[in-house]
Amino acid sequence: MTQDTQMAVRRAGDGTGVIEISGDITAGSEDALMDAYGRAGDGDTRAVLLDFSQLEYMNSGGIGLLVTLLVRANRAKQRLLACGLNDHYRQIFELTRLDEAITIFDDEAAALAAVGS
Amino acid sequence: MEEQNTSRDDNWAKPIDRLAAGNVPAGALDTASGKQVVSPIQGFGKMWQKTYRVALTGSSVTPQELIATWKAEFPTFWPKGSQFHTPLTGIAPGEVALLQASVGGGMKLSTGIFVLYADEESFTFMTPQGHMFAGWITFSAAREDDVTVAQCQVLMRAQDPLTEVGLTLGGHKKEDKFWEATLQSLAERFGVDAKAETTVVCVDKRRQWSRAGNVRHSSAFRSTIHTATAPLRKR
Repeated sequence: MTQDTQMAVRRAGDGTGVIEISGDITAGSEDALMDAYGRAGDGDTRAVLLDFSQLEYMNSGGIGLLVTLLVRANRAKQRLLACGLNDHYRQIFELTRLDEAITIFDDEAAALAAVGS
Repeated sequence: MEEQNTSRDDNWAKPIDRLAAGNVPAGALDTASGKQVVSPIQGFGKMWQKTYRVALTGSSVTPQELIATWKAEFPTFWPKGSQFHTPLTGIAPGEVALLQASVGGGMKLSTGIFVLYADEESFTFMTPQGHMFAGWITFSAAREDDVTVAQCQVLMRAQDPLTEVGLTLGGHKKEDKFWEATLQSLAERFGVDAKAETTVVCVDKRRQWSRAGNVRHSSAFRSTIHTATAPLRKR
């Protein structure tokens, strides 16, 4: 069953934007994800945290989107972080070696502590 | 719901440290075993997203049927001169396939791919260290305006400076022709005579000089030695 992607964007402390991802991430989620990044990463944002705790499913198209998102964040000199990944998707991040560029934290509090927000 | 998610999780390959090819056909050179897989993040050159598409107008094939055929007959759609050795268990998550790609001048490059992901409507290959590029290729099919469209999308960086030069000096064009011809063969399999369309986007213009040392893994170098010493091995 494919579920629509939903992105909620909010600020968390100084300089950090949080994108809460719900549902499925596939290649079809590009507009929603890039729009959410545009809102989360504006102004003086130094880090963008992707919260995957409500993620239902991600396919290889979704992983590809994260790479292009990473390029955008690097260009804006922003860190891209992730939290809330279950064991399966943590393994996928390691397998695809995304974890070498997107730092993974157990939860939002740990991520915010690391960026000093 | 939990069982459903577990089933979908099986579309992904299980974690691995290094590749191990299970099927090494006679005459093939296994340059993939023992290598790690690499994403576009670990590559050297500019990052490109290349999308090749063909519309199967007039065919009643569904995306699921098309992908099943594409997986089952994958090597038959490749242009002459290049070989893809399908794993014994087929194109399935976690499998490693060896291949020889013609790179011009009578040279063949031996490398391999790792099947990262596969479901009923798509499958994705990831490249190992030493491959021409670092990244992945996703093959997919979808219905658009009542027509099944087959797509091949490459997200890549050249692995090392030598390959970056090669891609710039005609390698990209050769790769584009390769996938366009592959898609046209796929369309012919379903009785459709159609031209493939290509869209190329430079996702990142920067080169990652910290990755220049990837050249030590180059399968181009190993393949050159293998080809040059072939007459000696036949004696």
